[in-house]
Amino acid sequence: MAGSGTAHMRPDASPVLTVDQMVVEFPVGRKQVVHAVSGLNIDLLPGETLGILGESGCGKSSAGRAVMQEPPPTSGEVRLDRQALTGLKPRELRRARSKMQMIMQDPVSSLNPRRKVRDLVAEGLAIWGFEGDDKDAAVRETLVAVGLDPDVVWDRRAHELSGGQCQRVCIARALMMNPEVLICDEPVSALDVSVQAQILNLLEKTKEKFDFSMIFIAHDVSVVKNISDRVMVLYLGKTCEVLPSTGMETAALHPYTRTLIASIPGGEEIATPGDPVTGPVASDRPMSAAATELPSPLNPPSGCRFRTRCPLATDRCSAEEPQLRPVGEGHFIACHNVAV
Amino acid sequence: MNDTNELVLEVADLHTVFTTPRGVMRAVDGVSMSLRAGETLGIVGESGSGKSVLGRTVMGLIADNATTAVSGSVRIGGHDVHAMKPKDRRKLWGPEVAMVFQDPMTSLNPVKRVGAHITEALRLHLGLNRKDAHERAIDLLRQVFIPEPARRMKQYPHELSGGMRQRVVIAMALACDPKLLIADEPTTALDVTVQKQILDLLASLASQRNMATILISHDLGAVEGRTDRVAVMYGGRTVETSLTSRVFARPAHPYAEALLASIPRIADAPHTVLRAIEGAPPNMLAPPGGCSFAPRCRLAQDRCREEQPQLREMSDGVRGLHAEASHLGACHFPLTEVTERQEVG
Repeated sequence: MAGSGTAHMRPDASPVLTVDQMVVEFPVGRKQVVHAVSGLNIDLLPGETLGILGESGCGKSSAGRAVMQEPPPTSGEVRLDRQALTGLKPRELRRARSKMQMIMQDPVSSLNPRRKVRDLVAEGLAIWGFEGDDKDAAVRETLVAVGLDPDVVWDRRAHELSGGQCQRVCIARALMMNPEVLICDEPVSALDVSVQAQILNLLEKTKEKFDFSMIFIAHDVSVVKNISDRVMVLYLGKTCEVLPSTGMETAALHPYTRTLIASIPGGEEIATPGDPVTGPVASDRPMSAAATELPSPLNPPSGCRFRTRCPLATDRCSAEEPQLRPVGEGHFIACHNVAV
Repeated sequence: MNDTNELVLEVADLHTVFTTPRGVMRAVDGVSMSLRAGETLGIVGESGSGKSVLGRTVMGLIADNATTAVSGSVRIGGHDVHAMKPKDRRKLWGPEVAMVFQDPMTSLNPVKRVGAHITEALRLHLGLNRKDAHERAIDLLRQVFIPEPARRMKQYPHELSGGMRQRVVIAMALACDPKLLIADEPTTALDVTVQKQILDLLASLASQRNMATILISHDLGAVEGRTDRVAVMYGGRTVETSLTSRVFARPAHPYAEALLASIPRIADAPHTVLRAIEGAPPNMLAPPGGCSFAPRCRLAQDRCREEQPQLREMSDGVRGLHAEASHLGACHFPLTEVTERQEVG
């Protein structure tokens, strides 16, 4: 569980984004360090959507932000189109990074409340020196592409829009830069269920039209499965499992992934009978609460980081860190004890 | 009347109207419901549908004042909540009705120890002495599966995780053995893995104590497997209510149907296009005339925009079993097998 390794990387492919041994740590005083991300490897192919799944505190947002160099990772390398972003001078970084855009969880607070929609959407163009009449036309076109009526929202500010509309403006802002990679950090968790479906459909549609790759970070298994081609499950800053999204609810093997799937409504029925993690034994008795608490990222468990909550944990798990190993076509897990 | 069937809650034609600087808002606009001991009712709806205001009005936390008008009646265990003096109403809170809120951190006092939160209610309402209250509080913490309850009693809320805090809030709510528990989005602030534990805990405690429960949530999945009946709210009104299994299997109201269709399901293949509901929930300060869902409804006709539909029986299939087992919906053109077939054709 929560292990390391590079087995899931595809050396033959030509990825648009590569993350190599990325480590994110935050000092918190008294020489203590939060280990947010510990040795993450990602390769993202053109046109691919990678879902990053995990509960809060597992490092998924820190990972997304570190890819954006916002702030840069403690160590490791991020390459966009073979160009290393880590170590660039600020001015060069800004130029290189314009091909990578991010969408945040709370759409209302990520928009400047004093600016109008037309300025918000045109901001990227203004910064990169796009001038002339075409600017308005380009903004209008993008607003239409995200399902907003330019004549209605043109002069509005964020507070005059609903949450779903604000998220559309955020998507329009990102699209203006014609990105190669779009990083979405929980883009639908602040939205109502009916609006969530609109935004998910919109992301799929624009991805096809504008032809970019996507990293989609979320805690909801069903949402991640819906939008992703490949899913990576994180736990306390380490990768547990990488698998194709098709059929993931039955194919997932890692005890942590199985726990996540079993906790969605109706997830118990998906669990195969006799499954030691989600089978009748584990779901009938209320789990001892201590065993279900996330350990502190200040002092993560030795060996496999999931072992303190894992029903399969043995002595080996505390002594030796599991490495990602292939268990099927495009399917990798980091666990000593799952027999395949 | 035997004990298991006792009517715990009766709400009749309840209206909660706020006068705001920007206009009059009918947050709850004529809701009726009833609940028997041991029964669980789910209230689902999007934000702004009035479900939380309904919960608070039932509890008596929102009462008549200069800017708020409450009409209709709420009877909890035979007491008319809104006809009572505030002082008497306080005596209901605890032994008769208790509430669990969304964010456990704001429900707990950061400068009081966990133990003090629970013993306060025990000493005030049940008149226990310090020692008995302490014993009882430890027992309550044990019932909500908090390990080492004696040690937790001395801790402050910030020393506990979110899931633990919500367990403490549940223990507080259960301290005086209420007949009715109102849980308003009890798991929304919690992690997915913790969410399931808290919902399972609430369900098992309710059945042990034969307690009536109202589970308010925007999460249809949370309500689906854990409630006996469900009420779907939209624009301050109940648009459909029946047995949970029935509403989820065969929704009659187009809103309920569309809401169910819009959530991604784990069994669906990746990149399945979701059936989103176009548009946004109604502006409650200026609700549309007629049916409030008409502007977003794929089946809306002229009559829907002019005349507000009233709750009525949607099918004869389950009537006669139980008064509350009827299937009520507020729609002029409910989904029947005929309209569904036309849709496909």
